[in-house]
This record gives sequence, C-alpha cells and structure tokens, in this order.
Amino acid sequence: MFPKGTKRKFSDSADEPAVSGDEEAAAVVPAAAAAPSAAVRALTSAYSLQRQSLLDMSLIKLQLCHMLVEPNLCRSVLIANTVRQIQEEMTQDGTWQIMTQALAAAQCPTDRLVATEVLCRQTDAAAAGGQSPKPFGVAGLEEGYHAEEVVMEGDVEAEVTMAALAPASPQMSSASYLAGTFGMGPCWEEEEDDDGECEEDEEEDSEECVSEGEEAEQDHLSAESRTGEQVFGTFEIKHPAPPPDPALEELFSDVDPSYYDLDTVLTGMQSAPKMGPYDLLESLSSHGGPTALSSSSSCRSDLNELDHIMEIIVGS
Amino acid sequence: MGEDAESTKINHTFLRDYVTEADVISTVEFNQTGDLLATGDKGGRVVIFQRETESKGESEEVEETGDSGEYNVYSTFQSHEPDFDYLKSLEIEEKINKIRWLPQQNAAHFLLSTNDKTIKLWKVSERDKRPEGYNLKDEEGRLKDTSTITSLQVPVLKSTDLMVEVRPRRVFSNGHTYHVNSISVNSDGETYMSADDLRINMWHLGITDRSFSLFLSDIVDIKPANMEDLTEVITAAEFHPHHCHLFVYSSSKGSLRLCDMRASALCDRHTKLFEEPEDPGSRSFFSEIISSVSDVKFSHSGRYLLTRDYLTAKVWDLNMDKGPVETYQVHEYLRSKLCSLYENDCIFDKFECVWNSSDSVIMTGAYNSFFRMFDRETGRGVTLEAWRESSKPRAVLRTRRVYNGGKRRRGDVGVDSLDFTKKILHMAWHPSENIIAIAATNNLYIFQDRVSPETQLQ
Repeated sequence: MFPKGTKRKFSDSADEPAVSGDEEAAAVVPAAAAAPSAAVRALTSAYSLQRQSLLDMSLIKLQLCHMLVEPNLCRSVLIANTVRQIQEEMTQDGTWQIMTQALAAAQCPTDRLVATEVLCRQTDAAAAGGQSPKPFGVAGLEEGYHAEEVVMEGDVEAEVTMAALAPASPQMSSASYLAGTFGMGPCWEEEEDDDGECEEDEEEDSEECVSEGEEAEQDHLSAESRTGEQVFGTFEIKHPAPPPDPALEELFSDVDPSYYDLDTVLTGMQSAPKMGPYDLLESLSSHGGPTALSSSSSCRSDLNELDHIMEIIVGS
Repeated sequence: MGEDAESTKINHTFLRDYVTEADVISTVEFNQTGDLLATGDKGGRVVIFQRETESKGESEEVEETGDSGEYNVYSTFQSHEPDFDYLKSLEIEEKINKIRWLPQQNAAHFLLSTNDKTIKLWKVSERDKRPEGYNLKDEEGRLKDTSTITSLQVPVLKSTDLMVEVRPRRVFSNGHTYHVNSISVNSDGETYMSADDLRINMWHLGITDRSFSLFLSDIVDIKPANMEDLTEVITAAEFHPHHCHLFVYSSSKGSLRLCDMRASALCDRHTKLFEEPEDPGSRSFFSEIISSVSDVKFSHSGRYLLTRDYLTAKVWDLNMDKGPVETYQVHEYLRSKLCSLYENDCIFDKFECVWNSSDSVIMTGAYNSFFRMFDRETGRGVTLEAWRESSKPRAVLRTRRVYNGGKRRRGDVGVDSLDFTKKILHMAWHPSENIIAIAATNNLYIFQDRVSPETQLQ
C-alpha cells in the first residue's frame, strides 16, 4: 500500500538505550567521543533516529521538486516548517551541536558541493525585490549558469552523514546521487541493499516500537558501518569524478542543471555557492546557527582513499 | 430496493456514472439553479452537464413520479492550454483548479475557470433558431444572382438543432505570481476575487468587449518582506454569500481570517482571526501539516464556516472565534499513519468540503473512493463509496466502514487495505436538492436521494 520505505512510528522512546552497535555508533560519531554520553545515547535512541530520518526525508522532499512545473509553495512551506521544528528540538537537546560540530570537522572549504545546493526552485519572482509580479529572472538564471558550470566540470559529491539512510523510493534513487545529502548511501548498490532491508522491515507489521527501533537502528548502523569504516568517521565523501562517465551522464541527462540552484526553498537570494546541508537549516532557523564550517587538512588523505573507494563503487 | 440496515436516514439511488475521457477531474461545480454542472480536468477542458427536465428526458429513464432528471453532456470546451514561462523555465499547467458560475442575468450562462495563473470568463449560450429566407443571400450565404430574384420575402426564424456556443469573454492574466487556489464570485455579481498562496486579488467583471481586465486591486497580501520568513500561506478563500464586503481566507497553519473590506483597502489588519488552540497532548511533528486548512466554505445561511483539514472537518460559528463549534473525524484511523503519509505525500492532499442546501449535512472526501457525510443534528457520519464496481446504476449505496481494531464486520475494509491513490478530493452539492456530484479520478458520479415519505433526509 505504501511505497517502499521505512515504516516508522513516532513513539516516545527517547529513553531507550542504544541496543546494538554501540561501537559503530562510536565510530560514526568521532567528534562526539568527548560529548556527554547522554547525548550520544540520545543520538542513537529510536526516537532521535526517527526524528533524524524525518529530517532527512523533509530535506530530500524540499530538494526533489518537480522538474517541469513550479513546486507547490504550500507544501514547501509546510515541509520547511517541519524541518525548523525538528531543528529547534534538536538544538534544545543538544544533538544539533554534536552533529554540526562533527560536520564542521570534516568539511573542507574547497569542496564544491553541487548536490547540497539543491533546493526547490524559488517560486517567488519578487523576492529579490519589488512588489509587482516580476519574472523569476536574473538571480535564478545566474545561479543556473553557475550550477551548470559546476556540473560540467564533473564535480560531483555524495555525502554520507551519520544520519539514518533515508528510505529511498525508486524515483529517489536515481536523483539521490545528486541529492547526496543526508542519509543517502554513497553508492547505488548499497542503497539497493538498504532498500531491501528496509522493505523487509516495513513489511513486518510490528506493533512493538522497540523491535522496530532496533531494526531501524541496526539497518542504519550496519549500513553506516559499511561505509563508516571507509569513511573513517568523516562525514563527507568528496568525489571529483573523472571525465564523462556514461552512467553519470545518463543520470544527469534528464536533469536540468538550472534547477540545482543555490536558493533555499523560500528565498531568492544569491546565497553563497557552497552551502552544506546544514547551511540550509541555518537559513531556515531563527536560532543562531551552528559554527561556521572550518577547514581541515587532515582529512585530505582520508578523502583520497575515499575517492578511490568511491570510484570502485561507482564503477567508473 | 432493499435498505441497508446501517443506512437509516440516507437512502441514495445511483442513477448513472459518467466517464470523462482519460483525464482526471480537478473541480466540480453546480450553477446557482443546479441545472448545470461543470467539471474541469487536468487537461484544461471543461465539460458542462445539463439536467434534463421531465419533458426532455426519456420516459424509461425517469422512475416513479420524482422530479429527478439525468445530467447529460451539454457542452465541452478547452478552457486553458498548457503554457510556458520562459523566464522561469517552468511549465504552467493547464489543469483547471476551480470553476465558479456567475449568477444568471439573461439567457446566457457565465462561468469563471482558472488554472494556476490565469482566470477566464466564459459565456455559454444556446442557439436553437436561425434566420432563413434572406433575399440577397442563399442558404449557404452566397450572394444570389440578382436576376433570379423575382419577389420580396421576409426572413423568418426557423428552429434548428440546439447549438451550444462557448466563447471566452475575458481573460484575467498576470495577476498572480503564485498558484491560484480559489476564486469566488461576490454576491454583488460585479466583482470576484482570486487567491493564490500569498495574495488575494479582486477583479471587476464588467462584461465589456475588452478581453483583458484593467481593474484590479490587491486586497490581501501576506508575503513577508523577506521570503525566508515565510511560514504561512493562503490555502482557500471565499466571499460571504450575502454580505458583499466580507470574505474569509484560510491558511496553512489552520487559521481563518474574516475580512471586512469596508475597513481598509488592504485587509491585512482589520480581520477577525479564527483559530483553535492547539492540544498540547497530541502535538507531533505533523501537527502543523495536518492542521492546514484545505478548503473553506460559508454555509448557505452565511452564519457558519465549514473547513477541512487533513483528518477532520470543522464547523465554525462566525460569532465565535475561539474555536470550531463542531468537529467531525473524517478518517481518524490515519492518525497513526502520518509518517507514512508524509513520506508518500498523501498528507498534502487537499480535500474539499461542501454543505447541503439546508446546511444540515456536510460532506467531504477521503481515500479508497470513500466519501463521508455528517448529519449536524445527530453528529453521526456515514461512509459511502464512489466506485463503479460495487455499485450498479440505480442501486442503493451501501454504507461502508473502515475497520481499525474492534469487532470486524463483513464488508469492512482494513486500514492497511485502503487505496491511497483513489482520493475523493472534489465534490459538489446541488444548491436546492439532494443531488451530489463526486469526482473520483477521471470518473464523475452523480448520486441522488430518492426522497420518499419515510426516508426524508432533512
């Protein structure tokens, strides 16, 4: 009845202890090693996993807008509000800090993040100014060009974060490489495996939140451990793709790069090109955002290894 | 026809179903007399049905001595074409979002139809006579050879087959940056409003020969200075049925605003806010989404408002802004499925709601081809199904039930078996009789109450 995806219940099981994979959890959250254990527990509890997956799902929804027709503003606003709400809650219980610190540690400023710039095309022509209906015009076009350049240079990144893998529906899996933000596996094959696992999970009509949470956790953590070890605890795989790969070209062929604008869903501003996934959340939230992303040269060697692994996985 | 044990007060006869060609119906609307029924579809077409009066209808189609008549296709025309916004590189869908009839002033009928961006005024007129017997022209209109004219004749009007002509009279374009979700004709008959996500415009209908409207004013604008601050959009709007200065609009946060245009030109501040306080116990991440109002309708009396959000239908008293006076659970069994419904986007489905002619019954749609009716006096609701496989023409509609725990009865449908692709989003109720039109994907169902002494509906 429902499309494939992880079935979730929003039960309040925040106090549930992390079941399995404590070690994986630790590996996946290196920056949080020094964080209070309560926060770590909160991160891995079923509730926060569910919350995280809802966050991922919401961000993906914001990104995967209709290519041809203007996206529904009401829907976008509701999803954005949901994202804000989750972010506020996460800020309150401290998990927000941990996530963004970990991300900051891994982020390299020279990365060109195509995928994470993706958000809905802004629907407001007049956002740039003026009251009367104006055409979308200049801002979007410029950024459209910019994005196009980026794509043609072949910079494509996928990101793996500690977030739960989003339940990928068929339409998502092809665009997921491009979306590449939270929770998308670094490769298609792995995602398919995860899909399989997710399917199995959701078909069980389990009423026990505990077992469901466990399975979700296991899935999440086992998938993470596969990539986690390779990721070496970093949260990003940077993959400068080699010259035109037929598989990638095929993926991009029906995507109009002008849609991968830098606009957030609600603004038409010409924001900085490099916007990580959490930048989006920053712009949506009214709270002071997490600290700015800082550079780190120590991840270079890791990233080279990751590049290599990515190439193998992608099959280029 | 046997009466189902469960349907005590409601006894419907299914007269005929109409299958429109391949396109999904996106709006349904009766005119003020109920003789005409217009549907718009995703392909930009409008189909108008006309109710046959007894004299025209075939005798075997009309049972008993009721004044029921069938609805047959009266006219079909292409209202909107797909368009392309070159600057945004985006298509503009031709899907008809709303149709509204104008009050009839002469023999012709007028209706407004809108897609996401452009509203059009159409004139629907009949022609069943034509002049014949011109002196200088022959039947085909060619000039006669004057040497053949030997006498003078007076042209006479002869009956012809009925022809229905539909012509665009006005096009109201470039009024909306965002997607138009509602249009509403004012009770003064001269103006109407159109609402998109952030703005409501008022237009003058003035039937002139000019095709583009020049008179336009912005009466509501909720666009924030900084679009980053946008958290709420307009979801529906309607004029009061009797007071031409009052209108209501609903928002994605579940609030209603009643605006009085006499107070100021821009109705941002002089409004009455209707809002239900949130129940802290049932708060979840989906609370806001499910509170978003998908439709708002004034009662015929003008005293009440009917709103639909994702799980409920609510009746509000205009004199009471603290909360609804009545709340009806449409499909409460979905509350535990909200995450999945969010995932597959069903949570964003916009269901319409309607009043019956006497404001005693409200109706709204659900999934699995089900729709619900609630009797306001008793508070009871029934579930009915618009699905041709389970109904024969002229059969009495069975009431249905969704099983969600408890004792299961034969014929109950389990929550997990519901088909979420079969949504009843659009519907209309005849203005004076118990005839309803239900759009189920690309099918239109018309149900009529067979009023008999022991089963009066109201």
